[in-house]
Amino acid sequence: MNGSRPDNEPGAEPPGNPDRLYILSTAETRARPRTHLDLVTLIVSRAEPDPGLQPEHAAVVRMCDFPLSVAEISAYLELPVSTLTPMLTELLSDGKVEARPPVPAAALPDVRILEAVMHGLQKL
Amino acid sequence: MDYRSSESYAGPRSEDTLPATATAAVKVVIVGGFGVGKTTLVGSVSEIRPLTTEETMTQAGVGVDDLAGIEQKTETTVAMDFGRISINDQLVLYLFGTPGQERFWFLWNGLFEGALGAVVLLDTRRMEVSYDVIGRLEERGVPFVVGVNAFPGAPRYPMSELRAAMDLDDSVPMIDCDARDRASCRDILMALMRYLYTLTTVSPEPQ
Repeated sequence: MNGSRPDNEPGAEPPGNPDRLYILSTAETRARPRTHLDLVTLIVSRAEPDPGLQPEHAAVVRMCDFPLSVAEISAYLELPVSTLTPMLTELLSDGKVEARPPVPAAALPDVRILEAVMHGLQKL
Repeated sequence: MDYRSSESYAGPRSEDTLPATATAAVKVVIVGGFGVGKTTLVGSVSEIRPLTTEETMTQAGVGVDDLAGIEQKTETTVAMDFGRISINDQLVLYLFGTPGQERFWFLWNGLFEGALGAVVLLDTRRMEVSYDVIGRLEERGVPFVVGVNAFPGAPRYPMSELRAAMDLDDSVPMIDCDARDRASCRDILMALMRYLYTLTTVSPEPQ
């Protein structure tokens, strides 16, 4: 393709390029497609926390008994979102939790959503 | 942290949980300089006590600004306060407060993706921050309304002057608000929704 950035081509990076550092985790190596996690993706547990889970993972499963946003989980665990996301990806691919994605992004929001929000705000 | 058991993570209080029927969320971003009242606004309308989520500014995010005075390899943690309003049994609205200064714009990518729109809280004591924020939102195509938080002791200007100073289009709603007052904060969110509604339903006429 014309004008494509050369650094997108495999093998085009200069050897020893220090910008290309990857951290591999079990989550990253799984074959299943990854769910994009937004700050307001709602996470809900699908299983009981199993004793083999790491404490943070078990805590996620426990607190997502009822739906909680990624932002709320991050707040309760006191973990940055960037640290939490790989954990959630792992739990998702293991089927421990499910993700309810936010209302899909569009150029402009859906009128029905806006009406619902206005209706909800009126009750405040 | 290595020694914490999963039970030591608090999680939400029972009254702060969402119903199991909650299926989707939307978000609105509140942008403004430090101390302009973002967290106060979020707290005034949120059904939960505002929570804090953190993001770490890594080396990759540094390019957006000259980090004068910040040493190389320093990781900066930026906190965002947020709150929640259950709209109905299925739909939840989240409000995120985010600092307006350019060096925090690295947070905006994930934050504004899919956001309904933004409320810019105008700081009449530091207009230049709001000016930059508005420019940036326009560039990103994020619809927004402007709230002028009535601070005791802050300089008061007529709306028309503020609008001119901000180089703000007449169509963008600009309203006085008191971030401590629930009704006032609801009104500004309502103004944003009405504005979005107008943008969505009225097709632009070429003249």
